[in-house]
Amino acid sequence: MDIVRLSRLQFAVTASFHFIFVPLTLGLSILVAYMETRYLRTGDEMYRRMTRFWGRLFLINFALGVVTGITMEFQFGMNWAEFSRYVGDIFGTPLAIEATVAFFLESTFIGLWVFGWNRVSKRLHAASIWLVAIATNLSALWILLANGWMQRPVGYVLRNNRVEMADFMAMLTNTYGWLKFFHTVFSGYVLAAFFVMSVSAYHLLKKNNPQFFKASFRMAAAFGLISSLLVFIVGDFHAAEVAKTQPTKFAAMESVWDTQKAATYYLLIIPDPGNERNAVETIGIPRLLSLLAFHNGDAEVKGLKEFPKKDRPPVIATFLSFRTMIALGMLFILLTLMAYIISRKDRLESSTAFLRIMLYALPLPYLATQLGWIVAEVGRQPWIVYGLLRTSDAVSKSITPLQVMVSLIGFTLVYGLLVIMYIYLLSRFAKMGPDDELQAIIKPSGI
Amino acid sequence: MEFQILWFILWGVLWAVYFMLDGFDLGIGMLESFLGRNDAEKRVIINTIGPVWGGNEVWLITAAGATFAAFPTTYALMFSYLYSVLLLILFALIFRGVALEFRGKVDSETWKRGGDIAIFLGSLIPAMLFGVAFANIFQGLPMDAGGYHGTLLSLLNPYGLLTGVLFVLLFILHGALWLTSKTDGEISKRASIVADKSWYLLLIIAVLFLIYTASTTNLYANFLQSYIWLIVPVLAVVSLIGIRFFAARGQYLKAFYSSCLTIVMVIFSAVIGLYPNLVPSRTDPDYSLTIFNSSSSIYTLKIMTVVAVIFMPIVVAYQIWTYRVFRNRLSINDVLKDKESY
Ligand code: HDD
Ligand code: HEM
Ligand code: HEM
Repeated sequence: MDIVRLSRLQFAVTASFHFIFVPLTLGLSILVAYMETRYLRTGDEMYRRMTRFWGRLFLINFALGVVTGITMEFQFGMNWAEFSRYVGDIFGTPLAIEATVAFFLESTFIGLWVFGWNRVSKRLHAASIWLVAIATNLSALWILLANGWMQRPVGYVLRNNRVEMADFMAMLTNTYGWLKFFHTVFSGYVLAAFFVMSVSAYHLLKKNNPQFFKASFRMAAAFGLISSLLVFIVGDFHAAEVAKTQPTKFAAMESVWDTQKAATYYLLIIPDPGNERNAVETIGIPRLLSLLAFHNGDAEVKGLKEFPKKDRPPVIATFLSFRTMIALGMLFILLTLMAYIISRKDRLESSTAFLRIMLYALPLPYLATQLGWIVAEVGRQPWIVYGLLRTSDAVSKSITPLQVMVSLIGFTLVYGLLVIMYIYLLSRFAKMGPDDELQAIIKPSGI
Repeated sequence: MEFQILWFILWGVLWAVYFMLDGFDLGIGMLESFLGRNDAEKRVIINTIGPVWGGNEVWLITAAGATFAAFPTTYALMFSYLYSVLLLILFALIFRGVALEFRGKVDSETWKRGGDIAIFLGSLIPAMLFGVAFANIFQGLPMDAGGYHGTLLSLLNPYGLLTGVLFVLLFILHGALWLTSKTDGEISKRASIVADKSWYLLLIIAVLFLIYTASTTNLYANFLQSYIWLIVPVLAVVSLIGIRFFAARGQYLKAFYSSCLTIVMVIFSAVIGLYPNLVPSRTDPDYSLTIFNSSSSIYTLKIMTVVAVIFMPIVVAYQIWTYRVFRNRLSINDVLKDKESY
């Protein structure tokens, strides 16, 4: 394999790994902060135990988010030197700002939160987890503005044989970046809600601490319902933004080959890229596709044939990922709505079938978030910066295929090990429940 | 002042503060297995850096991010040329971070032994390889019209390795001083012995390094041109002696501050010696990456300046504040009582 393919694969592996941990951090930080606030307000011991229990799971996850993030920061230079050189004048800025305004904040105050239970006032302690929650979401904003700029480059001029910043505000106000931000953080909230509901369902099925886990479940159900609706709504605008700015990606997402006005949306499509058509296209809803793309039923939707082959992204991966994400998104609305109603009516303990569904539904939001990134990143191909720089021109010139092969294998092995440890620790502490866990930590071994 | 120069200074400050702060974390990581005679003692040792090491590491991320934003061409070429070294540093930092967080989470001998090894190697390797990487930058990388001609092995040359050892010893001393003033009883005593002994070793290596540097790099040229800058390396030497001075009087906290100053002054000396290069070329000076030919546009530098001026003081303020919150000495009892400790 050549350097470009290897580097792409390595970036995909490392970014996808990073994004296993990121969404849970985004959502769970907010839930834990909310729990501690409730404790502060009510003085109810249960909320303190909640903060501790979910906080510990949060920390295990957070640690891995941090270590896999450092890789990302270095990789642009290591593997994508031409990209970094060519767009660094613009692209480096949000990354540096992210570190300055967000990473310092989150890693300093997480230290305070973990070790500060008996050192700072309750109020300050709760404030520090809020600062962590704000900082992680802020870090998402900056990195997604960076990624949003790669999807829709704005505010630049071509000068000195590279892309230079002409208008910082244009990047700050890039609609694409903001849609990406809201869609991504809300998807993280959905995932965190499912996480809390799944662990709670496990304990409710075992009849451990029902009071505690019913309260946790109820909180997560409300959070999840709101977030699922928001993901859906923002997603709709997001798709419209893609249709406007990246017609090739949109055509691949919907597997549209021929340009058409008042385009029909087919519920079932089997693409046939070899013959530039769809092998199957049925159950059509007239004008819906145009409506989704441009919020106008008569609008013209561009088909893939409109573009030279070398400018088209892989259709199957983009299309299937997009369809599955949307199906999951609708399913999440349904599940969180049921969760909300059942937990409000206090029927959780008797609804064992539903609890079992929620227990096993946990992988689905992980799947949905990963698929979302596949749509966004694979669908952007062959461009690394849409319309400006091709992925094949972006790779470092000084590295050899052997080096990247070794690093790719290294990352796969190291990250594989991390995930095994992660799942082991997370399930161990999740199963322990809020009370036994305290004894497990105090271990006077060795003296 | 020109913005490139301003960002060059900031660049130096970010690296200096990174090594000053994470330096003692790396030192602690190298010492943990040796100074802790049992699990409880080991836990005390790593808990002295528990609340702060994450925030310290962000200085590295910011140094990398600032290189990207202010000198994108340097970021691109330096990081791709040093690919293998950075890869090893990454793996090491990953293992160190995970081991620090997870070591105390499972009560099993094997798990903890694995954690200790990961913490040791995860600290030794970055300390060593940062030394190697910077030494090669001091010497200049083999780059010219034909691109880059180095390999991992060519980086591990005698000067690189010597500087690696210098960094390792500097951080061991730094970590030992931190530990002496952050713990009590036996651990503190053992750490003070390490601090005393490693100082002499460091002195020998530092002298060798200074001589070797004269013969293989161009770092002295700027100092010989304007003597005023010599104040910086002189301060490095004075503070190095200061460490011994304070340690001999049992004032280990002051000795620690002195070693903070040593590290900062060492990095500043190197940065002054490099100016105006960020990465000189050994084979063709025309291909050196300077702060002028590899910088971002002035517009971008201005924006970054505004961000730095507003946010860096805030960061420094809350980091100093958290150090104050956790300023007390740790005893075995504190660690065993605290459910959240590592
Ligand atoms: C939507 C959110 C998101 C996305 C797309 C990314 N990250 Fe991330 N990153 C986070 C959200 C996040 C976070 C939630 O803020 C993390 C996870 C855990 C944590 O501590 O912060 C984090 C951690 C994290 C860290 C460690 C920070 C620390 O030490 O505290 C670094 C250096 C990066 N990331 C860098 C990157 C880069 C260069 C990315 C580009 C490919 C990237 N992340 C994608
Ligand atoms: C963390 C969530 C992310 C995931 C899961 C993800 C996923 C992917 C995947 C699957 C690819 C490979 C696409 C292909 O080559 O066909 C890729 C490529 C890439 N992405 Fe992302 N990405 C993420 C975030 C980002 C962000 C935030 C940025 C930039 C700010 C980014 C920049 C890139 C770059 C530079 C490449 C390599 C070139 C390429 O193959 O397009 N990614 N990513
Ligand atoms: C329900 C309907 C949904 C719609 C219409 C929708 C729409 C979209 C679109 C158009 C993109 C691609 C953006 C791009 O190319 O840059 C995208 C990406 C993404 N989606 Fe969705 N999505 C939906 C549901 C979900 C759900 C349920 C999740 C996860 C819980 C999710 C997570 C993501 C993520 C993480 C990305 C990548 C980041 C981004 O580009 O914003 N989406 N989505």
